[in-house]
Amino acid sequence: MSDTALIRLSGITKIYGRGQAAFQALKGIDLAIDAGDFVAIMGPSGSGKSTVMNILGCLDTPTSGAYEFEGVHVEQLTRNQRALLRRNYLGFVFQGFNLLSRTTALENVELPLIYRGAAAAARHAAARAALAQVGLEGWEHHTPAELSGGQQQRVAIARAIVTQPTVLLADEPTGNLDTHTSQEIMSLIGSLNRDHGITVLMVTHEPDMAEYAKRIIHFIDGSVDSDRRHEDAA
Amino acid sequence: MLWNTLLLALRAIRRNLMRSFLTILGIVIGVAAVITMVTLGNGATRSVSDQISSMGSNLLIVIPGQRFGPGSEGAPKFKNADVEAIRNQISAIERVAPVVSKTATAVYQANNWSTVVTGSNDDYFQAGNWELADGRTFSESEERAGKAVCVIGETVRDKLFGRQNPVGGEIRIKQFACEVIGLLKPKGQSAMGSDQDDTVVMPLRTVQRRLSGSQDVNRLTVSVKAQTSIDAVKKQLTLLMRERRKIGENEDNDFQVMDTRQIAETLTSTTRILTMLLGAVAAVSLLVGGIGIMNIMLVSVTERTREIGIRLAIGALEREVLLQFLIEAVVLSSLGGLIGIALATGASIGLAGMMGVTYLFDPTINLLSFLFSAAIGVVFGYFPARRAAGLNPIDALRHE
Repeated sequence: MSDTALIRLSGITKIYGRGQAAFQALKGIDLAIDAGDFVAIMGPSGSGKSTVMNILGCLDTPTSGAYEFEGVHVEQLTRNQRALLRRNYLGFVFQGFNLLSRTTALENVELPLIYRGAAAAARHAAARAALAQVGLEGWEHHTPAELSGGQQQRVAIARAIVTQPTVLLADEPTGNLDTHTSQEIMSLIGSLNRDHGITVLMVTHEPDMAEYAKRIIHFIDGSVDSDRRHEDAA
Repeated sequence: MLWNTLLLALRAIRRNLMRSFLTILGIVIGVAAVITMVTLGNGATRSVSDQISSMGSNLLIVIPGQRFGPGSEGAPKFKNADVEAIRNQISAIERVAPVVSKTATAVYQANNWSTVVTGSNDDYFQAGNWELADGRTFSESEERAGKAVCVIGETVRDKLFGRQNPVGGEIRIKQFACEVIGLLKPKGQSAMGSDQDDTVVMPLRTVQRRLSGSQDVNRLTVSVKAQTSIDAVKKQLTLLMRERRKIGENEDNDFQVMDTRQIAETLTSTTRILTMLLGAVAAVSLLVGGIGIMNIMLVSVTERTREIGIRLAIGALEREVLLQFLIEAVVLSSLGGLIGIALATGASIGLAGMMGVTYLFDPTINLLSFLFSAAIGVVFGYFPARRAAGLNPIDALRHE
């Protein structure tokens, strides 16, 4: 763990519910992630892997502990500041794709750029380029309902990278896909990390998918169980 | 940012065309109903007052009782002698026409037609602006003798004689035969919506003797000479009638002298109440439309909660999301309001033409129902969205 870590979690806890029904999902997580890394977070259901992912993605707030992103204390930011952090530095890929229905691939990919206030021409160009990058040239005007699961996830990846984020967060990105498509998606994510220097944080419960990562962290019962470098990863 | 948000809102509307259409529909129907009803009502009110004032400003109508219409039955009617007294004692009066009306069936050969038989004198035609199409009116001797002669309106001619010339023909009314001596030029609908041409006019005595069986006169129509003050004549007339009806100094009049302006006011107050009633019924439909919008908005909130989660996750600020939903709601409901106004304008013009009332554009009711519809859309489109946008992005995303 170096001092130049991009992301640093110290003593992060998360408690759901109150009183008798309270459930401690995270029990004091300390974690540092360097820029350019490709981290897979693994663990059984209820181990807290998704919770830590949501906190890392500023989608959820920890109950206690400190979260530094490029030296900024995220836990002290307001709702709006966290939204701006997501807008400018983070890209998300979800298990369920989370595309806007009845909206074309191109418009879905353009969405983050609209919130960034990009001009129409620049927006179209960037969205087309992102779609081309994920291999969806020619599918710009199809809606999610007209695309396969793998294609929808590609659109979601294109939407995540169109803003050229520092970190790509992927929560079970292959959870809804068959093996072959999963491997295609994983090599796409791997190439984004390798060729474009995007830091990737990925939650998965499939060891095969974790093989693509450089570093694998295992969670059990809300704590880090193991944290190892994957030597074979490219 | 505003432009971008507008863009997002328009995209969202286009994306959910069916839902947008249904949302709008309630507003369109509600707005159109309210505006059409009120516009037609206003038009009817205007038509009534226009027709009354077209009767001329020199006309006075004297009726028994304190009120126009029901409730005046108790007061004694006028007598034939009143007509003579008014004519002799008030110099500024040009004409006095007594009026007795009875409904009766008129028969000519195989045709019969139920109509209103009016008994009056020759002044009736001048005071009422009637013109003859053919024939003549009663002579003084016919009036005095109560001869069975009549002047008929266009509708009666049409029903009984078809296209034949009625003058010289003989129609039967109740048990007596009556010679048609004149045909009136058509006047069309009256202020109350009845057919003025559906009439048979006979000498007063004839009707009193053969139809009503009494010496009563229901109404007096009085026209005032030009260049005289109508208010002064009204006062003289009132005094004279009080004296003739033996009303004590501290007693109220048991009759009323009205000029055309007052008649117009009385009649239009009726149509105005009807307008308000119709408007209230239509307002219920606007309210029902509003409830429809509320339903659609609430049903779609599940999908939209996830959408809001997605937008928040990719970096939308809470206020940007809210502004988008606000604009969406405003655009939708304003569009609904505008379509409703357009529809109402078309319907009002069409119906006004069919019903023969004046078309009057009423900016107040247009603006009011437009604002109301916009408010409904905004309230029910915006508040569910506000609840969703206040969620943690991850909770909004997980919402099913």
